[in-house]
Amino acid sequence: MRHYNAGDRIAQSINYVLLTLLAASCILPFLYVISVSLTPISEYIKKDGLVLIPTHTTLTAYREIMQGGRLLDAYQVTLFRVVVGTVLNLIFTVITALPLSRKSLPGRSGLLLFIVFTMLFNGGIIPSYLLVKNIGLLNSEWSLIIPGLINAFYLMIVKSFFEQLPEAIDEAARMDGAGEISILVRIVLPLSVPIIATIGLFYAVWHWNSYFDALLYINTPENQPVQLFLRQILLAAVAISGDAAEAANAVNPISVQMASVAVTTLPILVVYPFIQKHFTRGVLLGSVKG
Amino acid sequence: MHRTMNLLRRYGVMYALLIPGMLYFAVFKYVPMVYIAAAFKNYNVLQGLWESPWVGWQNFQLFFDGVYVKQIIGNTILISFYKLIFSFPAPIILALMLNAVTSTGFKRTIQTLSYLPHFLSWVIIYGLLVAFLAPGTGLVNQLLTSFHMDRMSFLTESSLIRTIIVTTDIWQSIGWGAIIYLAALTGIDPSLYEAATMDGANRSRQLWHITLPGIRNVIILMLVLRLSAILDVGFDQIFIMLNPLNQEKADVIETWVYRVGLQEGRIGLATAVGLFKSVIGFVLVLGANRVAKKFDGQIW
Repeated sequence: MRHYNAGDRIAQSINYVLLTLLAASCILPFLYVISVSLTPISEYIKKDGLVLIPTHTTLTAYREIMQGGRLLDAYQVTLFRVVVGTVLNLIFTVITALPLSRKSLPGRSGLLLFIVFTMLFNGGIIPSYLLVKNIGLLNSEWSLIIPGLINAFYLMIVKSFFEQLPEAIDEAARMDGAGEISILVRIVLPLSVPIIATIGLFYAVWHWNSYFDALLYINTPENQPVQLFLRQILLAAVAISGDAAEAANAVNPISVQMASVAVTTLPILVVYPFIQKHFTRGVLLGSVKG
Repeated sequence: MHRTMNLLRRYGVMYALLIPGMLYFAVFKYVPMVYIAAAFKNYNVLQGLWESPWVGWQNFQLFFDGVYVKQIIGNTILISFYKLIFSFPAPIILALMLNAVTSTGFKRTIQTLSYLPHFLSWVIIYGLLVAFLAPGTGLVNQLLTSFHMDRMSFLTESSLIRTIIVTTDIWQSIGWGAIIYLAALTGIDPSLYEAATMDGANRSRQLWHITLPGIRNVIILMLVLRLSAILDVGFDQIFIMLNPLNQEKADVIETWVYRVGLQEGRIGLATAVGLFKSVIGFVLVLGANRVAKKFDGQIW
């Protein structure tokens, strides 16, 4: 075994301290955000904003952002986007990857080139915008789903995974008279649960986090997803603080901002412990050379 | 004829499965390439793309003669370069630090927490920046005040914006990026370390002669991938942090294209600049792949 001298021990201690600081920097900001969102304005002013743990709490900021139903509308759009979008992503990715994983398929390399080229060259923001406009998807929730139906990179990962499945099983099933579809449903899919779950999680997080496509394609407030709602609150905080006459029980604009950050982050923080392990595996599956 | 029928019987289902996907790539990836024509047109909303008059290279000329060209290309390359020298090594260092940890529980906890920022959108991260750096209410400014120091308007200060961009980039990606290096580290034969210890090599020599060579190929592959995307500096990140006061130091090609094209409506000019970026990017990827092949780690 390795032996440690004094220098090693010091190095090791510094290492532990630095790693602890890094981990703390990843989690403490959220505690601060939640504290500020719960702090009444009077206490906030008294303590000059240094409210690491609030002594009094209020839900005023949360009530404020719930008002008018905009947040709920935004959540509906995001939920639709994540659920419907991810399901469609997976269906399209799997049915496209399966034929491409058959090395004997005539024309396979040409089809692959057709896809790989889109990973290397693209028209850019404006041509994509013109396309979405021309096919009439502007301001529709579908503009957040259809243009991103297949991620070419994930498609290649799934394709490589299918290629690794033992061909013997496939052949045996065919001998028994199973058609391609039933091979897909009964044999390939059950064996591919790990990769499909991983890619599904990748797609879902992408849907949850994107805001740029919504910024481009959606102008109507009721169709904006949560991320855009948050962006607007962050950029227009002053406007929310309201009438000066109401200052006594006015809402603290920073609390409103932080409440918005909290409600946007919460779903991720809740599901994170459950999905975190799968992602690690996903990165490793993804790094398998295709 | 007979052969075609045979092929269809054998692969018909497979080809049928391919139709929706291929249609998707044709419509959503190749049609926009046709729309690049806008770069060579004086685009007019009323006339539409095909009726608008052709103007040759005029849009490109307009851009390269303009006052912004230096600024946005300079910002793009500079921010990219900063990310390369600071954000690229960060996950490698983290992986090496985690690798030196002997307690599995501690290691797993640190890893789990360090992945977290990867799952947050840039809008949320901007929200955290507001919590800490906002001029009136941010925690850092409250602390500065309580120490009787001057408040700083971090988020609108152009001299700080690049530092903020690079720092948040490291924070967001360090844990996630370390995964692949940790995987590579587990692949190093432990007997090498034992032999080195026998020969009297201390830990820093082991790091230099065993650990780093052990993950060299992964580092090179990641570096090549990184270099090929040098013009993609992270639109989502920069766009949310950009404001008129820090624009001078942080406006990059893509944020400029968005503003000029979709907010000012100069579609032709914006498409031309977007195309310029795509072509450079394409050349860089091809070049990077050639380099990667030499190290047996080609991208495709």
